[in-house]
Amino acid sequence: MNRNGPLNLIITGVGGQGNVLLAQLMGKALVKSEYYVTIGETYGPAQRGGAVMSHLRISQVMEYSPLIPDGEVDIILGLEPVETLRVLGQYGNPKVAVITNTRPIYPIAVTAGEAQYPNLEKIEQLVHELSSEAWFISATDMAFSMGTPILANIIMAGALLGTGLVPLKQEEFLPVLMDNFPEDKRELNLQAFVKGFDLTKKRGEV
Amino acid sequence: MTNIAIDAPDSIEFLMGNEAIARGALEAGIGFASAYPGTPSTEIIGTLAQVGKELNVYVEWSTNEKVALESAAAASFAGVRALAAMKQVGVNVAVDFLMNMNLCGVNGGFVLVACDDPGALASQTEQDTRLFAKWADFPLIEPATFQEAKDMTRWAFELSEEVKSIVILRGMTRISHGKGSVNFGKLPQERTTATFDTSFPFFMPMPVLFRHQMVHDRMAKVKEVFESSPFNSYTGPDEPDLLVISGGSCWLYAMEAVKVLGLEESVGILKLGTIWPVPEQLLGDHLKKARKILILEHIEPFLEGELKIMASEMQFPEGPPVFYGKRSGHIDSMGEITLDVALKAMGGILGISLPERNTDYRNKALTMIEQNVPPRDLTFCPGCPHRATFWSIKNALKLDGRDGFVAGDIGCYALGAGPAGYFQVKTLQSMGSGTGVASGFGNLGHLDFRQPVISVCGDSTFFHTAMPALMNGVHNQSDFTMLILDNAATAMTGFQPHPGSEVNAAGDQVFAVDIEGICRSLGIRVEVGDPFDLQNTEENILALLEDGGKVRAMILRGKCAQVKAREGEARYEVHVDENRCIGEGCGCARLCTRVFRCPAITWDGSMGKAKIDETICNGCGVCADICPQSAIVKEAA
Repeated sequence: MNRNGPLNLIITGVGGQGNVLLAQLMGKALVKSEYYVTIGETYGPAQRGGAVMSHLRISQVMEYSPLIPDGEVDIILGLEPVETLRVLGQYGNPKVAVITNTRPIYPIAVTAGEAQYPNLEKIEQLVHELSSEAWFISATDMAFSMGTPILANIIMAGALLGTGLVPLKQEEFLPVLMDNFPEDKRELNLQAFVKGFDLTKKRGEV
Repeated sequence: MTNIAIDAPDSIEFLMGNEAIARGALEAGIGFASAYPGTPSTEIIGTLAQVGKELNVYVEWSTNEKVALESAAAASFAGVRALAAMKQVGVNVAVDFLMNMNLCGVNGGFVLVACDDPGALASQTEQDTRLFAKWADFPLIEPATFQEAKDMTRWAFELSEEVKSIVILRGMTRISHGKGSVNFGKLPQERTTATFDTSFPFFMPMPVLFRHQMVHDRMAKVKEVFESSPFNSYTGPDEPDLLVISGGSCWLYAMEAVKVLGLEESVGILKLGTIWPVPEQLLGDHLKKARKILILEHIEPFLEGELKIMASEMQFPEGPPVFYGKRSGHIDSMGEITLDVALKAMGGILGISLPERNTDYRNKALTMIEQNVPPRDLTFCPGCPHRATFWSIKNALKLDGRDGFVAGDIGCYALGAGPAGYFQVKTLQSMGSGTGVASGFGNLGHLDFRQPVISVCGDSTFFHTAMPALMNGVHNQSDFTMLILDNAATAMTGFQPHPGSEVNAAGDQVFAVDIEGICRSLGIRVEVGDPFDLQNTEENILALLEDGGKVRAMILRGKCAQVKAREGEARYEVHVDENRCIGEGCGCARLCTRVFRCPAITWDGSMGKAKIDETICNGCGVCADICPQSAIVKEAA
């Protein structure tokens, strides 16, 4: 990483998607690799259907403040597509890279029939227009096929690392990931990670 | 999560600010910790509870913040280091006891962690604990980093013992709920013992005048300690064009702003960690070296005011410096301090333009988002008993027809003020206050007040402060209906146990205090019901409303949907019978999706029908009971 300011990463999603855990594991692994990492989180009322956002500020030089300023995000990892778009609106810039899950979690205004949820085609078009590169991952569907939707965030972690945009190697992240799970859950989480990683590791081909 | 109990000095761990505070308390050798949960303070005690037994630390979830402070005080009186933690509004509850403690003094180090919430991200007020410290004469310190959160907590216990006073550590949402690297220190090896010395000194505020003087002498001593504290430091040129004084956690923003603007040679930053009493000598020396002073601090212009008082008593050969901050309008008087706030203030004062952001992109992005992205409002979870309860309240009040309303309270059910609870809640203030307010409404009959009043409160809130209000109503022959929404959880903050639980903070099996038994002992009419049984609940509430002239109560027992989901307990499998749902043609005006608004029921515009999202449906079955067409089908799971 050769840059003046910090690398600014936002992980966004909806309460219950495993957003906070993912930020925690990424932070832990980066600190082990001797980076300064500060995380700021907004998740107070998330249990009641709210959006959750983790700001990660990664630097080799100094400890940064816990909030990314408007327009200054470098990478967005979205666990839910319209939350990805919402973050682009406030924090995006022409250089931002986006890796997003494609499975919607409908807000109450949509299920109530008062607002429209954009279709995937529209979401992809908007993300492309507002980013320099983008990956669309059907992580929840893949997780369902592996037996449980809760693996989606681990698939997304793999996809993020596969892009090579975060200064963290597989072998640096995996021990932290494995350490977080009991023995009997490790193999499945490892598989999920690898699935995500393989999707993005050859940049531009997804 | 990180194990904060590891005895690994010099290991660097990645911690949440609240975990760092907990670790600091362990390194200080605490023997007692107590709290009532409240965002953003909850994880301090939550973390300690996980390791308390292993390290011989007693940890409790108290019934409310005042009791938390009182029980921790006993440990301090017995010579044990004790910590009490609470959110900023919790201090309001504890303050009656707190105001005595300055005169009483302490024995074992006693630290109160009060977490402020700038921007009121998860609070009903945006208030500043520093004003309490000044009012009540307590030393207050505020960490700027995660490392300091740990180190200052540990030091606070030493200071507390040195000056025989409670020390307040002001936490902050972005530190408490942020994460960063923390270098661990040693855990103490010696075991504390508790003994209360009955000879002297005694712990009471009397004689008040004598002790009041003692408090002032103590604060003078604290000020001396603060003058040379390593938690205050200066970075920048000897005579800066602008001096930024950063209070506690604003420091990282100040540092970053100076770096972004490239002003390291001309702007100085005084980092102040010891906030009250302000170290006047230190501040005075710096005031003399700069003509422009910017104060970056969260919530109130506290330091700004103190600095101006100080400056009015100082001699400046070239006249006093100019102060910039919340009073001057360079910083908004509400909301969080962020990097952008710091940049804007510095740019404005120094007349320099800020680094340009791509406004074309920003305008395009914001327009696209506004046009295409639906809002995500808070609502009750699928299967939440509160949704069912508010549905019954709405119908009962409508059938009653006397313009009745709900006096609300603090908990998830505060969402009852919005569409999630059909706008039934009309007053909402502090913990337990719904019932106190209802008690007052219920005694306006002599002035022709005829509207029925319902108070709601959760099980944890019932124990916290609603009980005295209920008894007030009974004793004073008030006229209202109290609904106790017993979901068997302190759900809002993450399922901490309370006196009605069968386990305590340490995980021990304990006697569960019986809410129904307490209510019955008051000699009032008490009904008990299942909120998911709409018909019975509605009939019961209506009957209670009609049974006026006294206090009556109903306990609605329905487990929190989050707990049910974890336990895998679904009552029903629910689906929409597509042949029966006739959508817009029904005349129900989409009652299930548009009005009832459970997130698990979706309006499928293309089909013109409702459908159930089975991945999030909790199986409560309530929607099947509201569908006038019987198109929603529930089958026992």
